[in-house]
Amino acid sequence: MAVVEGSTANVPTAAIVEAIAAAQRRRKLSYQLIFAATWVVLIGAIVLALTTRFDWAFLGKWWQFILAGAEVTVELTVCSIVLACVLAVLGALGRLSPNPVANGIASLYVSLIRGTPLLVQIFVWAFGLAELGLVLPLFWAGVIALGVNYGAYMTEIFRAGIQAVPRGQREAAEALGMPERLIMRRIVMPQAIRIVIPAIGNDFIAMIKDTSLVIVIGIQELLFRAQSAGRQTINIMEATLFAAVVYWILTLFFSYLEQHLERRMARSDR
Amino acid sequence: MELGDVIVSATGIEKYFGDNHVLRGVTLEVRQHETVMLIGRSGSGKTTMLRCMNFLEEPTVGSVRIGDITVDADPLHARSRAHRERIRRLRVRAGMVFQDFNLFPHMTVLQNCIEGPTRVKGVPRDEAIATADRYLEKVQMIDKRDEYPSRLSGGQKQRAAIARALSMDPQVLMFDEPTSALDPELVGEVLSVMKELAHEGSTMIVVSHEMQFCREAADRVVFMEGGVLVEQGPPEQVLDAPQQEATRQFLRRFLEA
Repeated sequence: MAVVEGSTANVPTAAIVEAIAAAQRRRKLSYQLIFAATWVVLIGAIVLALTTRFDWAFLGKWWQFILAGAEVTVELTVCSIVLACVLAVLGALGRLSPNPVANGIASLYVSLIRGTPLLVQIFVWAFGLAELGLVLPLFWAGVIALGVNYGAYMTEIFRAGIQAVPRGQREAAEALGMPERLIMRRIVMPQAIRIVIPAIGNDFIAMIKDTSLVIVIGIQELLFRAQSAGRQTINIMEATLFAAVVYWILTLFFSYLEQHLERRMARSDR
Repeated sequence: MELGDVIVSATGIEKYFGDNHVLRGVTLEVRQHETVMLIGRSGSGKTTMLRCMNFLEEPTVGSVRIGDITVDADPLHARSRAHRERIRRLRVRAGMVFQDFNLFPHMTVLQNCIEGPTRVKGVPRDEAIATADRYLEKVQMIDKRDEYPSRLSGGQKQRAAIARALSMDPQVLMFDEPTSALDPELVGEVLSVMKELAHEGSTMIVVSHEMQFCREAADRVVFMEGGVLVEQGPPEQVLDAPQQEATRQFLRRFLEA
């Protein structure tokens, strides 16, 4: 009688199921190990390549001074994103409003801001207004420039989020006799916010890096401090790379927070 | 149950969508404790008629009275504040149950049920909860009161939606094809709740194709076709001995399908 090589005919089904699961676990583990190893090798290569003529003593002396700028960077990011969210909600309500004046204001805002460079806007808020006699503290000029800019992009995100809430939700609320404002606040907005959170998280990460642009008006954030430390002993490369690493770590940290928040909000619905 | 006075009356309702003349002067009166069923093929205007009765669609012409509130169609001033406010007061008197349930996904079943009473009618929270619990008990959803809609089956969602409509203590309940989005095995649990409500004397207007429910629960059947009310009467009369040729054709095709 011929016996088929590797036949499983006499193996109990439970053992086969267990063997398949074990094989899947092994495959998953080796995938993760190779993935991690790829990162380690690549990062090692990049660090080696960039630091062959690196002045570590410079960093040993200045890293605390530069790192202190990260605090300003985070403050700028948080304040600006809060302002941007407020403007975006107002902008979205304007864009969706049956009132032509409200829609006109909101769409001109989006058009002007998206049609001009952020760098130019930063100069206008800091120096243009000063010439008209309105002198803003530099930090707040930076916050306004960034917040107004991101608010315009996020207006479109919020508008899409509000429109993505199914029509039946609004009808159900109307059928309960809820007035328009209450429907917006209690029914539409909470659902729209869940929809837009990933996009806002994305913008928050982008904002962390765009705060570096306010270096041009002299706010002492991360990049500013890196530049001014590096310039003294001509260690520009060391200082700038260190700042880059700090930006990277900040974005990693905040993406982790964002994912956590997204998962928590997803728990109630869907 | 003995029928009471006329509590809902929609008079001379016409509705255009653009050039499309969907309702051509429909008048419908419903008495207290009465269950009226609207039937007709799709496109006959029955759903539009129901939606006009609480102004989810603004009629082009006509007026609707529910209890002590009458609203005249005013499509030219549909967005005026005074008109919106009158419509809002009309809607508080009517509970609506939708084909797609439309439960609020970010609220639990109980929160869905107390949202209207507390925010719109100003009922104190604990009183609203007591009322909602009573209705959730009635639709056998009390053990799911703290669940989010995403964790419910279609039948459970629709029963929760019925409890939400009941929690407003409306004078009339309107059902827009309440079982059409359900898997066949879940239809029964929703219909039995509706049957119970009908037998207890709720005033109900139901758009549906459920003929068995119609025979068991409806006091009156209204057949619509081409935007007009063709024939109405008790179910045994309209379903078994229709007077109009259009009704006969509809029923023949419907029973064959």
